[in-house]
Amino acid sequence: MSLRPDLKAIADMIRPGSRVLDVGCGDGALLEHLVRTKNVDGRGIEISQANVNACVARGLAVVQGDADSDLVDYPAQVFDAVILSQTIQATEKPRAVLNHLLRIGRRTAVSLPNFGYWKVRLALLSGGRMPRTSGLDYSWSETPNIHLCTLADFVDLTRECGASIVEAHSLNPGGTTTRINPARLTDSYMGPNLFAQGAIFLLKKN
Amino acid sequence: MSEAPRFLRPVKTAANVGMAVTFDTPLPLDCGRTLAPFTVAYMTYGTLNASKSNAVLICHALTGDQFVASDHPITGKPGWWNTMVGPGKPIDTDRFFVICSNVIGGCMGSTGPAETDPATGQPFGLNFPLVTIRDMVRAQKRLVDHLGIEKLLAVVGGSMGGMQVLQWAASYPDCVRAVVPIACAARHSAQNIAFHEVGRQAIMADPDWRGGEYQLQGTRPSKGLAVARMAAHITYVSEMALQNKFGRNLQNRDAKSFQFTPDFQIESYLHHQGASFVDRFDANSYLYITRAMDYFDLAEEHGGMLSEVFRVNAARFCIVSFSSDWLFPPFENKRIAHALNAVAAQVSFVEIRSDKGHDAFLLDEPEMFATVRGFLNHAASDLI
Repeated sequence: MSLRPDLKAIADMIRPGSRVLDVGCGDGALLEHLVRTKNVDGRGIEISQANVNACVARGLAVVQGDADSDLVDYPAQVFDAVILSQTIQATEKPRAVLNHLLRIGRRTAVSLPNFGYWKVRLALLSGGRMPRTSGLDYSWSETPNIHLCTLADFVDLTRECGASIVEAHSLNPGGTTTRINPARLTDSYMGPNLFAQGAIFLLKKN
Repeated sequence: MSEAPRFLRPVKTAANVGMAVTFDTPLPLDCGRTLAPFTVAYMTYGTLNASKSNAVLICHALTGDQFVASDHPITGKPGWWNTMVGPGKPIDTDRFFVICSNVIGGCMGSTGPAETDPATGQPFGLNFPLVTIRDMVRAQKRLVDHLGIEKLLAVVGGSMGGMQVLQWAASYPDCVRAVVPIACAARHSAQNIAFHEVGRQAIMADPDWRGGEYQLQGTRPSKGLAVARMAAHITYVSEMALQNKFGRNLQNRDAKSFQFTPDFQIESYLHHQGASFVDRFDANSYLYITRAMDYFDLAEEHGGMLSEVFRVNAARFCIVSFSSDWLFPPFENKRIAHALNAVAAQVSFVEIRSDKGHDAFLLDEPEMFATVRGFLNHAASDLI
């Protein structure tokens, strides 16, 4: 089974044999991949009952819960890596969630959509209505994505949370990923913050 | 030689309790006393494989018994977990060898207060030692050993059964592969102890209880036991379920009677619950088993640190809770999951949406069936 490109990029960041917590692990595709191919000791948190059942049937250890309320119960530094894939924009308190992730894991992998992507900007500029993209195809009144940001915004948040970016990859139109220099996200008007649909960051607490 | 004295049996258990094994080696109890000899009555379903690796132990709740998947010998009703256990069911008796035993202190053939005390030749009554959840599990371990099973594929149970499941994982971590506690807690809450005390006081206030010696004196504290069951039954269902099912509907009448006979359907329903219960349950057993639940606090010996209970535990856990269960609410179940997470145990947790309250675990809950089926299938995937 082939993984989604963003999940593949995250999987490549995980060291074999490490302990991993996947927050918002969905149906467990990434976690199962990590367990099978990298002998990872994996755990998950997932909000949907149906997804938790799918994970349990795959033999994964997954707790039904919510990133906003449950991370507080996890002890510090017990995981080698914590993953938050395409979830931070749907949390109520992204800053608190990111702080917890940095506390729980020695490394934190975060993937997120980029609201600074040029098609999004153009849609708002030309249409005058909240943009709907293939990746974020919800009306503003129905969307679960309540805290959207640009990649530059996210880099600012990582600094405010006392984290440094170990590596970053852009998610490109067409589903490929490219390693990028995080400095270019905030230093330059052009670059990934305009051209990437999303990005994956590997963070560590300073 | 005179004939042995015959005492009134509180329930008609003598007829058919399934299988039973009596152990002569004393069972040490948490209260400091021992029980010897003692009998464990049990039922099995399915076939034990050659490597004895497909055994699933099911632990019953407060008023349950060993008839998990076969007709009850007294009531004639189908097994209490027929929806969960059987051929092709989530706990599949075509694949697994299912064992379910009556707890000690119970009244369906295992040694309990209604049985004869060999020291006196009379029913134990209140001379029966107070047993704990751990004592119940100790007795089950003897049975499992007796059946030649070194390691159980899984231990599964709801409510008090879930407490036993947790105790199994704590006491015998090397003897269980997979652990499924459902709708339970690692300790009995103040509210739950309070409800139990109401039930016990109802039994003991019945003049026919006779200080626990009702068997000797030829009476039965049926009224007290029925009231205990009525009060307890309210805790097994959610407010919404009661409202939806009964509302303020009147029972067999068009108007309120302005008397104290049951006007409302809910009253008559509770009366029925109480009346049918006393036919199959012993009042002293009810005292003993509720007490065992009250005493349950898995973390007590570890200064309240629940995670310490499960340190070095290789078993896989799957904890199931129900959203409308206010007797063992989801947060109590989740507490166990967090404690297991803190020591890096393999734990899954689900909170199933249901408006049926605590009793949901006994009812038709497809999501629960899917969870248990998927979990056990995977746990059994490497069976020979």
